[in-house]
Amino acid sequence: MPGEQNACLSGRDLTKIFGFGSTKTVAVDHVDFDFHEGEVISLVGESGSGKTTLAKMLLGLLNPTEGEIYFEGKLRDIRTQRKKREYWKDIQAIFQDPYCSYNIFRKIDTVLLDCIHMRGGRRLPQATKVEMMAEACSFVNLKWEELTNKYPFELSGGQMQRLMIARIFLLKPKILLADEPTSMIDACSRATILDMLMQLRDEVGMTVVFITHDIGLAYYVSDTVYIMEHGEFVETGCADEVILHPKEEYTKRLINDVPKIYEEWDLSTV
Amino acid sequence: MGEVVLEVRELSTKYITRFREDVYAVDRVSLKVEEGKTLGIAGESGCGKSTLALSLMGYYFPPLHYTSGEIIIDGRDISRMKPDDVRKSILGSEIAYIPQSAMNALNPTQKIIRFVEDVFQAHDPYKSKPEIHEYAEEAFETLGLPASVLNKYPVELSGGMKQRTVIAVSVLLCPKALIADEPSSALDVTTQKMVIKMLKNLMENGFIKSMIFITHELPLLYNVADDIMVMYAGQIVEKGTAVEVVFDPLHPYAKGLMGSIIVPEEGLRDVKLTAIPGVPPNLKSPPAGCQFAERCKYVLPECRVMSIPLYDAGGGRAYRCILSEKVLREAYQHAG
Repeated sequence: MPGEQNACLSGRDLTKIFGFGSTKTVAVDHVDFDFHEGEVISLVGESGSGKTTLAKMLLGLLNPTEGEIYFEGKLRDIRTQRKKREYWKDIQAIFQDPYCSYNIFRKIDTVLLDCIHMRGGRRLPQATKVEMMAEACSFVNLKWEELTNKYPFELSGGQMQRLMIARIFLLKPKILLADEPTSMIDACSRATILDMLMQLRDEVGMTVVFITHDIGLAYYVSDTVYIMEHGEFVETGCADEVILHPKEEYTKRLINDVPKIYEEWDLSTV
Repeated sequence: MGEVVLEVRELSTKYITRFREDVYAVDRVSLKVEEGKTLGIAGESGCGKSTLALSLMGYYFPPLHYTSGEIIIDGRDISRMKPDDVRKSILGSEIAYIPQSAMNALNPTQKIIRFVEDVFQAHDPYKSKPEIHEYAEEAFETLGLPASVLNKYPVELSGGMKQRTVIAVSVLLCPKALIADEPSSALDVTTQKMVIKMLKNLMENGFIKSMIFITHELPLLYNVADDIMVMYAGQIVEKGTAVEVVFDPLHPYAKGLMGSIIVPEEGLRDVKLTAIPGVPPNLKSPPAGCQFAERCKYVLPECRVMSIPLYDAGGGRAYRCILSEKVLREAYQHAG
C-alpha cells in the first residue's frame, strides 16, 4: 500500500531492529504515519522510546530493517550517493547539540556558501551570494558582518543554533526534522528559536517534524502529535485533543511529569 | 523565621583571564538561606549563576579569584580560608555541591562503593569499611535507591540513576547546605521528576538543612524553591518568594523571563512567547549604569549613567530598577 496521495512523507510498517538473537532491540516497531505538507508534527516520548532512530531513518542515515518510506507519494529511492544528495535537498535536520553539528575546521562563510551551492547557486556572482547570506543571517537576528571569517566555535550555543536555522532558510527544504533543537539552550533563547522556526514554516511553507521529550513544547508548536513508547505510536491526533484530553496512561504520565505553574505538580507519581 | 544556615554579604568574585583581563562574574551578591528553605536562582546562560555557586563554597582556584565580601556558614566566615582547608573541613560536611554534569564525576573503573569509601575517608580516616558500608546501604535505602547500586560500576546505571547516586553520595555526610547547579537539565522530563523528588526527600529525611537550586527552567524552579532570586550580569536584579517573582515580577528582565515560560496547560497556544532582544553585556567592561539598559523597553536616560542599587520593597522583596513599583506594574499592565 503506497502512501496517501497528498502526504509528503509516509511510512508503512517501518521497523528498525538493532542486534539479533537474544540481544536484539526493537527500536522502532511497525509504525505507520502520513506527514502532510505545511504541517507541524511532534514526536514525543521519553529517552529510549525510538524518536531519534525514526528520525535517522527518515533522513536516510539508517536503513530500515523492514517497511517502506514514501516521499511525495513515491517509494523513496536513495540507493546511490547522487540520489541521496538529491533527497537531502528536500529534507534537512537540526540536531540537539549545536556544538557537534559543525565542522570545526570550516568557517561560517563556507557553511552558508555550501547551502547556496547545493541549491544550484554556484554560478551566481559573489556579491549576490553575500547578499543572500546576509539576508539569511538577518532572518535569525545575527549580523553577517560579525560572523564572516569566524569559526562556529567562536559563537555561543544559542547563536550556533540560530545559524543552523539560517542554513535552513537558504536551503528551503520541503521537510525539516528538528531533533530536540532547544534542549541544550536556555529558556530565553528557546523562545527566539521556536518563533523563528514557526516564521520559517509560514514563509517557506515547509513541513516541520519536531522531536522532543517536553510535551509542553510539543503543545506549543505542533498541529499533530505522535506519542511514542517503546518504538510504537500509542496515541496520535491533533495537539489540543491529545494533550488536553489524553486517553492513554503513558500520555497522561508524560504530561504529569512536566513542571507546571497554574496547576499543582504531583510528585508522588514517580 | 528559622535559623539562618548560610549567609552571604556583598560577595564579589572575578575571573582573571590569560590576558590579565578582569571579568566581574559575581557583583556584590547578598543572600540568606534559612533552615528548611530552598532558595532558587534563575537567569540565562552566562549571567553568573554557576560562578555564584562556585563562589559560595569558598573554594577558589584560578582563574576564579575572591575580591570582597563574607560567606558565613554556621557562624564561621569561610571566605578567606585556604582552599585546602576548605576542601577538608567545609566541602561535603558543611556545603555539598552538585554540578550540572554530576554523573560524569563517577570513575568508570571503580564500583560506586569505592567512591563512597573515598568520601568518608577524606573526612574521617579512622572509619572502618564495614561501618561505611552499613551506613551507606541504609542511607541509599532511605533515599529510595536500591542498595545493590553500591556494588555496580557507573556504566551499568542509567543517566538518571547515576545522577541520583551522585546526589546521594554528596549528602552522606549530612551537609548543612546543598548547592544544586542545574541537576536535571541533561535529563528527560520523567527522570527529571525523579531527581526533583529525591532532592525534596533529602530535606524531609534530615540529610540537608537547606538547598540552593540553580536553573534556567522557571516552571521547575517555581515548584522547587520557596524563594527565588533572578540574576543578570553577575548582579541580583530581583528577589522575593516564588509566587511573587513568577506572578508579579517587578524588574523588566524578570518580566521578560516570565514571557518565555512553556507549560502544557490550556490557553498556552494563544500566548505568544516573548523573547528578550539583544545579548547580555560583556562583563570584561560592564556598562556604567544599569546592566540591563541596552535591552530594556522602559529605559530612561539616567539608566545609562547612574549605577542602580537594590531597592528594598519590604517583606523580603527587592528589585534593581530606577522605576518605582507602581510605575512598573502600570507599564506591564499597559503592555498586556
